[in-house]
This record gives sequence, C-alpha cells and structure tokens, in this order.
Amino acid sequence: MTGFKQKFVDAAVQAGALALAVAFTSALLKAAGASPLETYRQLISGSVDSFAEFAYVLRGWVPLILATAGVLITFTAGLWNIGVEGQIMLGAVFTTWALRLLQGADLPPAVVLAAGIAAGMIGGALWAALAGALKTYGGVHEIFGGLGLNFVATAISLWLIFGPWKRPGIGSMSGTEPFPETLWMTELASGHVSPWALGLAVAGIGVVALLVRNTGFGLRLKAVGKNPCSSHRLGIPPARYMMWAFILCGLFAGAAGALQVTSVYHRLIPSISSGYGFLGLLVAMLAAYRALWAIPIALFFAAINVGSIQLPIMLQLDSSLSGVLQGALVLFVLMAEGARRRWMRSS
Amino acid sequence: MCGENMLIGLAGVLAATAPLIFAVVGETITERAGVINLSLNGLILLSAMGSFAVAVTTDSLVLGFLAGAGIGAAVALVVAFCSITLRQSQVAVGFVLALLCRDLSYFLGNPFMNRPGPVVPSFRLPHALSIDTVTVLSLAAIVLAWVWFFKTRPGLVLRGLGEQPAAAYVRGVPVNRLRYLYTMLGGAVVGLAGPAYSLSVKAGWRGTISGLDGIGWIALAIVIFGGWNPVRAALGAYLFGILQWLGVALQPALPGVPSQVLQVAPFPVMILTLLFVSIGNAEWVARTISRLPLRGRRFLTRALRSLEARPPASLGVPFEG
Amino acid sequence: MNVELRNIQKTFGPVRANDDISLTIPAGTIYGILGENGAGKSTLLKILSGYLRADSGALLLDGRPAVIRSPADGIRHGIGMLHQDPLDFPPMEAVDDFMVGRSGKFFPDRKRACAELGKLAGDFDFSVDPEARVDSLTVGERQQLEIVRLLAIGVRVLILDEPTTGISAGQKQKLFQALRQLSGQGMTIVFVTHKLRDVEELCGQVAVFRQGRLIGETARPFDEGALVRMMFDREFERPHRSRAALGETVLEVRDLSVEDRRLSVSGANLELKRGEIVGLAGMDGSGQELLLRACAGLIRPVGGRVCVSGRNLTRRPYREFLDAGVAYLPAARMEAGLVRGLTVTEHCVLAAGRNNFSIDWTGAERQALKRISDFDIRARPSSPVESLSGGNQQRVLLSLLKEDLRLILLEHPTRGLDIESSIYIWDQLKKRCQNGAGVLFMSSDIDELLQYSDRVVVFFSGRMSAPLDAAGLRAETIGQRIGGVGFE
Repeated sequence: MTGFKQKFVDAAVQAGALALAVAFTSALLKAAGASPLETYRQLISGSVDSFAEFAYVLRGWVPLILATAGVLITFTAGLWNIGVEGQIMLGAVFTTWALRLLQGADLPPAVVLAAGIAAGMIGGALWAALAGALKTYGGVHEIFGGLGLNFVATAISLWLIFGPWKRPGIGSMSGTEPFPETLWMTELASGHVSPWALGLAVAGIGVVALLVRNTGFGLRLKAVGKNPCSSHRLGIPPARYMMWAFILCGLFAGAAGALQVTSVYHRLIPSISSGYGFLGLLVAMLAAYRALWAIPIALFFAAINVGSIQLPIMLQLDSSLSGVLQGALVLFVLMAEGARRRWMRSS
Repeated sequence: MCGENMLIGLAGVLAATAPLIFAVVGETITERAGVINLSLNGLILLSAMGSFAVAVTTDSLVLGFLAGAGIGAAVALVVAFCSITLRQSQVAVGFVLALLCRDLSYFLGNPFMNRPGPVVPSFRLPHALSIDTVTVLSLAAIVLAWVWFFKTRPGLVLRGLGEQPAAAYVRGVPVNRLRYLYTMLGGAVVGLAGPAYSLSVKAGWRGTISGLDGIGWIALAIVIFGGWNPVRAALGAYLFGILQWLGVALQPALPGVPSQVLQVAPFPVMILTLLFVSIGNAEWVARTISRLPLRGRRFLTRALRSLEARPPASLGVPFEG
Repeated sequence: MNVELRNIQKTFGPVRANDDISLTIPAGTIYGILGENGAGKSTLLKILSGYLRADSGALLLDGRPAVIRSPADGIRHGIGMLHQDPLDFPPMEAVDDFMVGRSGKFFPDRKRACAELGKLAGDFDFSVDPEARVDSLTVGERQQLEIVRLLAIGVRVLILDEPTTGISAGQKQKLFQALRQLSGQGMTIVFVTHKLRDVEELCGQVAVFRQGRLIGETARPFDEGALVRMMFDREFERPHRSRAALGETVLEVRDLSVEDRRLSVSGANLELKRGEIVGLAGMDGSGQELLLRACAGLIRPVGGRVCVSGRNLTRRPYREFLDAGVAYLPAARMEAGLVRGLTVTEHCVLAAGRNNFSIDWTGAERQALKRISDFDIRARPSSPVESLSGGNQQRVLLSLLKEDLRLILLEHPTRGLDIESSIYIWDQLKKRCQNGAGVLFMSSDIDELLQYSDRVVVFFSGRMSAPLDAAGLRAETIGQRIGGVGFE
C-alpha cells in the first residue's frame, strides 16, 4: 500500500472516530431533551464569538498545554503521572506563599512575580519528586501514589485557605485574599490573557518537542519508558531517569499552577487546578503523544470548556457536557486506532 | 457504655463500608482474570446516578440495584472490548472511561439533583444495633468470591486465567471469552457500589457534591493492598472505613485541626499501606538486605514476602489465542 | 491412533514456517521430528495440537477427516502436547495445576486428585509431590507433571517438543522409559528434537525438516551422516578449537556467595584469564546465572569478592562494572538487551554513551550502516529491532559492545539461533578473545560447551565443580555431572 493511501486510510479512521464521538454526544443531548445542533452552536459561539471570548480560550489553553507538556515527558518515560493535578495545586500553593512573603518587600513587581513563578515550578517539581520517589524507591505504582498525593494536595490547599491564609474574618471557598493589582501579570484583551503566560506556554511545549525528539536525554527517556530492564543493561539507570521525568513534569505543572495564581485568579482558590492535569493526560493521548499535535488539540479542548460555561444558563444543560465530549472523543479515537490496527492492517 | 458505643460505631463502619466492599470484590474478580478495569471512579458515580434515577422513576429499590449492576457490566464491556478485542492499553481506556463516566453522571444526573428517593430500610437488632440488606449482601459477596476463587472448579480456571493464559488455553479454556465474562461480572459487582451509596449509605444524588468522587481510586488501591484475595481486600476496605470513621469521631477532640485534614487523612494512610506491600520489590531494599548477616537477612526477607502483594502474572497483558 | 497430515501450509508474515507438509504418523510408534531451530517442526505440531491454525491443509485421524481449530478441539480428539516452555501455573500447587481444565464436580475433590496424581506418577517412577508449588519443581518434574496430566485427560497422541532440554540425565532416562512403555501400550508419540542422539536412542522412525520443508523420512537403523546431511544440506566443518594466548587474570571470584529467592550459591571460586573461554554447565536454575549476574554487577553478592582486572568491584554499582570493561549478553534479548520499538540507529545512539546532548541523526545513521555491514546484520538502520530474527538481534547486541572489553558474560549465546548465526557469533567472540578479552558463558547445550570452552564448570543445585579442562572431556561426563554425579 502506498504511503499516500495509508495516510488517507488513517485520516478516514480519525474522521470516523470524530463522527462517532459527535454522534454519541448528540444521542445523549437528545436523551436529555436538548437540540444537539443548538447546543453545538452555543459551544462554538460561546468560545469564538468575540475577541474577548477567544482570549478566555487562550487563558484556558495556557495551563492545559503546560500540563500536557509535562505529562508528555512522563509518558515518554512510560509513566502515568496522574498526580499532575496535585503538582499543579502545589505549584499554586508555592507561588501564593512566595508572593505573600515578598509582597511587602521593597522589590519591583516583575521580580516578585518571577520569584513567585519560580517558586511554583519548584513546588510542582517537589510534589512530582515525591510521587517519583514512591514509584522508584517504594515500588508504589505511580497511578496510586499520584492519586493519593492529589488528595493530600487538595487537603493542603483547603487547610491553608481555611487556616493560616484565611481572609480577614472567616475563611471561605472563594479563596485567600486577592493580591494587589501591582502583582497581576500584564494582560491583553481587557484583562483576559497575559502575553507573558502565553509566551511561557509556547516556550514550554516547544522545549518538550525538542527534548523528546532531538536530544540524547529524550531518547534515553524513551528507552527507559519502553524497556527499563534493557535500558539498565545498556547503562541507563531507569530509576534516575524516571525521577528526572517526574521532576521535569512537575516543573511544567508547577508553572501551570503559578500562572493560575498570578494571571487568572490572583489568589489561591480551593480547586485551582480545575482538572487541567487530567485533561492534559487526555490531550496527550489524543495527540498520540506528539507535542506539536497537542497544540491545536489543547486549543480545541479549551474552547469547548469556555463554550460550555454558558450552557446551564442558555440551555439548562450541565456544563459537564464539555467533559463528556472530550472523553468520548479520546475513547472513540482509541477504539478507532485499535480497530484500524486489528482489521485494516496494511501488508 | 463505652464498649457499646464502640460496637455501634463498628456496626456503622460495617454498613458504611458496604459500597466499598462491592467495589473491591468486583475489581478483584476482574483483575484475577488478568484485566484491569481502571474506570472504577467514573463507573461507581455513573451507577450511583443511574440506579438512583431508575429507583426514583420506578419507585423500586430492586430495579435500582439491577440498574447499578447493569451499568457496571456495560462500562466493563467497553473496557473488555477495547482491551481484549482491540488490544488498546487497559490503563488508557480505563482512565478515559473514569473521566468520561464521571462527567456523564453529572450531565445526565442533572434532572435528578436533590430529589427525594427510596432508601434501603434497616432492621433493628438488640443493643440499639441495626443492619440492612445491603450490608448483608456485601458480607455475602466477600464469602462467595472467596469460595469461588479457592474452592470451586471454575474458580481454579479463573486463577489460571490471570496467571498464565497460554497454559489455560492449551487446557481447552476459551481464554478471551472468559475474560470478557469475568470483566463484566466484576464490573456488575462493582456497579452495585453505586446504588449501595445512592440508595442507602449516602442516599440521594447531589451531583459534584455527592462526595463519591475519589472512592473508585481508593478501591483500586485496596485491591492491590488485598493482594488479589477478596478477604484480605475486604479487610483493607474495613480498615479504610474505620479510619474514615475515626476522622469524624475524633473531630470534636481535636479542635485545632481543620476538618478537611481529618477527612483526607485515610488517603495518605492508604499510600503508606501500599508502600508496605510494595517496598519489597524495590532494588535498594534487596541491596540493603544483602548486607545483613544471615539471620537478619532471612527474617527480613520472610517478613517482606509475607506482606508482599503479588499480582496475577498476566495482569494487563493481552492474550492472542 | 494414526495421524495423517496433508499439505499443511503456514506462513508468519514473509516466513514460510510450513511449506506443503504431508506426513503420516502410525500408532504405537515413537516418531521423531528432527531439524534445527527454525526448521518448522514446532509449528507443525502446534498446528496438530490446535495451538496454531494452518493456512491450509487437512488432517486425518485414523483415516477420518478431523478439524482442529483450538487446543480444546485437540483435546477432544485425544491429542495433547508437552510444550517446550512449560505451560503450567507456577504459583499453584501441583495438584491444582493438575486439575485445571479437567471436567468434574463443581467443588473438586482435592484428595482424590492427589491420589490420582500420585498413582499415575508412580506408574512411571516419576517424582512429583502433589502439594508442592509448581515453581518449586525442577524443569524435569514440571514436565513429568504435565505428561501425567495429559495422560489423565486421556490423550492418545502425545506430542513432546524438545523435552530433553534442561532436564537431568536421570530424568531423561525416566522420560525415555516412560515413553517406551506408553508406546508399547499403543500410544502415538511424536518426539520433536534437534538432537541426533535423542533420535538414535529413542525413535523408531524419523522425519527431517529444514527451512519449513519436509526433507525426508527414515526408519531404524539410522545413518547419522545421512541425517546430518538432511538437516543441514551440507557438511559442517566443525570450527576448530582455537586457543588464544592467555594473559593476566581478568576476573577473579573468591568465596563468593550469592542468593535469590530460590537458590543460594556459596563459596564460589573462579579465575579467568584474558583470552580464555570458560563455559558454565548445569540445568537451568542451578546457580550459573547467579554467578554470571554477580560477575556483571547485576546482583550484589552476600559474601566474598569479585575482582575485574585486579580491581575489587564487590558490591560496587553496575555502572562501575561497565566502566571496567564488563559486558553482559542475556538470553532474553528482547526483554533484557534490546528495546522493543526503537530502531537499530537509535540503539547505536544509546550505546554511544551519555555525552550527546543533541543527536546528530545523519551521523548516527552512518554509524548504524557501518555496524550493519561490519556484523552482517540483515536489517536497515530504520528497522525496529523487534522485526529482526533472533540471530540478527544477537548480532546487533554484539555490534553494540564497546571496542576494548575485558570480560564478556553470556547467557545461552546461541539459543534459538540457526547454525550459521551460531558459528558467526562464536567467530566474533573468539576474535574478542584474541584481542584480550575473557569470555564466561553459560549454556545448556553440551556440544557448545565442549566445542568452545577452554574449561568447563558444572553447577548442580547451587554447588559448582572444580573447573574441568575441556580438551579430552567427554559429553557423557558432563551429562553425568549435570545430573549430580560427583556432587555427593
């Protein structure tokens, strides 16, 4: 079979999966008594109707692509870093901590913000290193270590919000006291997205794309991910490389958390990770673990998220529809890929 | 007096842990056949919502529970199809389903939010104790699973299936058909956890604040702690239940600690228990032990091995017959 | 039961494993199937037992056409196969393993099954403890358990695939005795082997396979030269033993104790000089791999000393062994040597070490091409390693070894390889010896041990013999020692 024909079959299979996911979601919408077409129209117009709305999409894209960049590294090392949620949270906690510490000091805001983001990256990396240590030195599968640490991270941020860092008076779910506006990152489009944050995100995914494909480190990471035993025999210590994968992923996740604090919420709120970690895993899977493909897919996911916000008001539908659509998409693409390999093997 | 309170507390744990018991026993069945169903977290939420919806609409508890089992089996069928027939990664498929089913339950459950629904009644026993059918069923599930695994002929085949499917295959066992069957059976048992919550332990459906998100992941960890033995897994689940109960019971005694911290305390404890059962596999442990004198070496090796949880050898590995 | 196979075809991708094979196996004989690794013998019998399905062809049992699509069908027709790698359940007790797949009461009667297992084993003088865990049995005992199990489910055609690999001389005698006894009772026995001696000792008739084709059939008495010609299509010039000049000591093992969960080896002593080849003989799991792995720094000894080129490396990390010029080639090439999913080029980059921050892919491909031509590897630089044949995988592993090695350790250097690759691999190893490396290898192939070693060390359940000089050593002697003679 020619390469062209092969590509055509691949594209057709992908399109089929997309169609199935849309059909599945449409059937659900019908069952819920809503008009599928009207809902999709709402989803799209809610995210791209105006420049401000598109800026919202970009604002969601930043943490999502950073989380995706992080898990692409752990996926390369063959690890399911489900703990990325907690790593985002700890990033946000560390950033908040640094900003609280430095906001009174006589420093230029840019320095304080940079220090805050650096602290967040370190926080994420430390939390990831903990999951990594449980995996490599404790034999605890990273899925369970990571999940447990997610719960602990939630507890830590709740405790801080209701305890030591509570607002004057009484702590509430609305989070800590917001930072002064001097510590908000410069923003574009009437305060929806920061060019610095965008730049950081683009740089992040670019670095990962290069790291995985073109460096000796990336190749060794890949070897460890595919076969730790052989890698060990080839002189590549798997435990050390897995730890590095966790730590690098934690840096990216921590950066995502830091940007949530510095350029979105300007304070610490209870569920500051907003599920971007889990969503990042989905994006990486849908992109078949290719960094460049993750960019548009993450943008699409972010758009669905923004578009679904007004579903409850406009159509009395739960906004979790976005999650259903995203999940269905990944599931059907996985299935289509399996079906293609099973029944359409070219030989 | 104190003893009696203790007894009532423990009976409460027994009842409150019933859903978790269904989850760990069901998943143990699935994993013994060599398939990991990682979708538990979403599956339980979906079956809790679905069974509540069915019970409210039909006003029948029995139909509600059947719906829960049916939803569990259906989700498990997707896992089985993707992993056995399509040979996709079981972890990937399970993870996607865990998220998808969770959002699905929130989306579809919207009309049933905060509606009153039927609740499983409990029977009064002496000494102010009470028990309900769901608790009894959960205890029965433990015993039945254990007897099935270790005392019956099909159970022997099931153990072989997860261990060395090729060896089962040459003995004439239809490996993949049985794996489908046990994945769906295990899924159905896990699915009972849903109605056990929404129709009994945490009656009702309250969407994202139902407090069920996370329980499926805990169940998966307990299956490992339980070393793929239903009785040991059930003990793990009860241990978790006691910890949660202590978290609530100790709250008045520890006013300085925010309630959020006590509520999540069982989760890090679960990680620690996993650490205990897994640490024997770590390379540095073997290295350290090899430094010890003979007697200490023997003792430690034995101690670690008795704690150790060994998974079925072909867990997660597809079989081509 | 008479078995007749007609025009069996089976391909795996581009490989013709069975090319139009027709064969008649009469009842009551011990029928040998002879051929080297990869000749297609196992494939044919897996088809007969239902484990594999033929692309085309027919099967007649006692003259009646039969269709066998799965092992379940095979069992229904009374055909049972003892596979080369034991297909049993390691963590189960023998009696449970014995019961899996047998029909009967819902709640099985373990006591009766124990008694039945004991009686059947007793009939053949087999020693299988029904209550022992399968993974605590030796390969030979696991084989006996499997044979007894197949008899208990009533097979009338018994296929054995390379049953004499990895069992002791005593167990082999018992096995042959049992097979003669069964054949006398009318059982059809198909005996698959690549060992001429087994055929000469046991079989009444033999069919010889080569490269997926049936070359010919003969009956007793066998002409050994004719059999060899049929197997290989040419006379093999046995590569002559070549002694490289011995240099200083490259490996010194003193009072070494190593253990894993099953076995411990204690008080091991060995000295290996540059240019020397020492072979480790013994049944699988007798302690050879423990010693090899300890010498490679892969497991830490619990006592004693390992010195490489005079440097004491005992309990040092694996990395330092690598730096000291030690290389280890495993038997499980795809599990513990190469990385599935990576290409030959990528392996070259990995082997080049850790000083490459960014990869020069053009240069790496040139490197790969050079190794491919130097080592006569049949692959492209972009071929994923799992697509190569076993022989080519072993060549890739050899090509990845560093230039200046002191010590090369190998598990089963030629297991699963065709004869051409085997000779090639050994040529390369001998070249390394001439350049001053020492070679320590383990093998279950006695001929290989005698052919290439300067000295042979025999292992028996964790104990090792003094090194025996290979010149003048007879295969029988090694066989007896492997079976425990001289270890009392």
